[in-house]
Amino acid sequence: MYTQAMDTAPREERAALRSADEAAIEARFEARIDAGEFIEAKDWMPAHYRKTLVRQISQHAHSEIVGMLPEGNWVTRAPTLKRKTILLAKIQDEAGHGLYLYAAAETLGTSRDQMLQALHSGQAKYSSIFNYPTLSWADIGVVGWLVDGAAIMNQVPLTRCSYAPYARAMVRICREESFHQRQGFDSLLVMMKEGTAAQRAMVQDAVNRWWWPSLMMFGPPDADSPNSAQGMRWGIKRVSNDTLRQRFVDACVQQVAVLGVNLPDPDLKWNDERQAHDFGAIDWSEFWRVVNGHGPCNAERLAARVNAWEAGAWVREAAMAHAAKQAARAAAQEQAA
Amino acid sequence: MSGADAAQATEWPLFEVFVRPKAGLEHKHCGSLHAADAAMAVQLAREVYTRRQEGVSLWVVKSSDVTASDPGDRDMYFDPMADKVYRHPSFYVLPQAVDHL
Repeated sequence: MYTQAMDTAPREERAALRSADEAAIEARFEARIDAGEFIEAKDWMPAHYRKTLVRQISQHAHSEIVGMLPEGNWVTRAPTLKRKTILLAKIQDEAGHGLYLYAAAETLGTSRDQMLQALHSGQAKYSSIFNYPTLSWADIGVVGWLVDGAAIMNQVPLTRCSYAPYARAMVRICREESFHQRQGFDSLLVMMKEGTAAQRAMVQDAVNRWWWPSLMMFGPPDADSPNSAQGMRWGIKRVSNDTLRQRFVDACVQQVAVLGVNLPDPDLKWNDERQAHDFGAIDWSEFWRVVNGHGPCNAERLAARVNAWEAGAWVREAAMAHAAKQAARAAAQEQAA
Repeated sequence: MSGADAAQATEWPLFEVFVRPKAGLEHKHCGSLHAADAAMAVQLAREVYTRRQEGVSLWVVKSSDVTASDPGDRDMYFDPMADKVYRHPSFYVLPQAVDHL
């Protein structure tokens, strides 16, 4: 999910071209994009295209990794062994998604260490949604249903991204993400259909808290997304924020009816003329507060990542030392033989 | 050495991962990952790339050991085959009675 990178970065002007040669190469690149061709890692690309992608893919990767934290909060308290194994599998998927994406970003010439350094120093962002706490077990179901649901909406168009290593990673991710959304809905359905009044109230409370932050995941309104046009032009972004958000709202309205919960929006209603649902105003000041580091869990999430990295340093070093020793031993044996 | 420098010095090498989806098919490139050595790369590849039985066999190759053709040479390299239509069976129009050849 989780590609707010283009929206939360300041508006960027592209560098002026220096020579006719460069202009010709760039024109050839633009023509390839126009023809719907995929760009591969070693192909020539404008510096700004490369930079935009590094930022977007690395932010996407960071989001997958930080996204494990709110879910990890419930591993030891999942209500049954079945739910625990499902949750563990989902969290392992998020780790896998992060790794596919880091690898895709590395093809652009950045290193894993550089990306992690940017995350840990607070310079790189991750999706705003993971700065909210998971307060009850129902939150885990709602995260699967709404947060992963919004992520899927966001990610499916990225499987057609012009940068092929990213597109290929997204194909794999989308294939796996569908399980995330379905298991979330399934766990909520059990609580709503077979649960007590208190459990149903818990689901409703979780929906109330996650609904608006989920809508914010699609990023600011199109009018306030200054880098979107260039992203669209280059085939990095395929569908606009508002279009995706509308699709998500329309899909969710049907799903809440099955679930038997209410969405916390008194302005939500069908608009016959638009053949879509109207919905209430989103509090964008909250979105920017969270993006800029002042959400409920920003400090906690970042501290957890930095701690994991620092506390794991000896493991990384030991593995390298072991590998070097094995290699030296093998070389000595070969020489002796 | 600062934390970042220390990390820089120990970044695990990059491996390319190839998966054979099922017996009888060829190994196919599916992505890359960092590992301390090849044995660890195989183990991690299993966790990262075959969580849903996507494969029955794995290959890993150090990325730095891969030699690739230059994308800039693409036309020079591959276009000469474009005008050799006689290498394809459809070039030969045969009488209908034997056209299933």
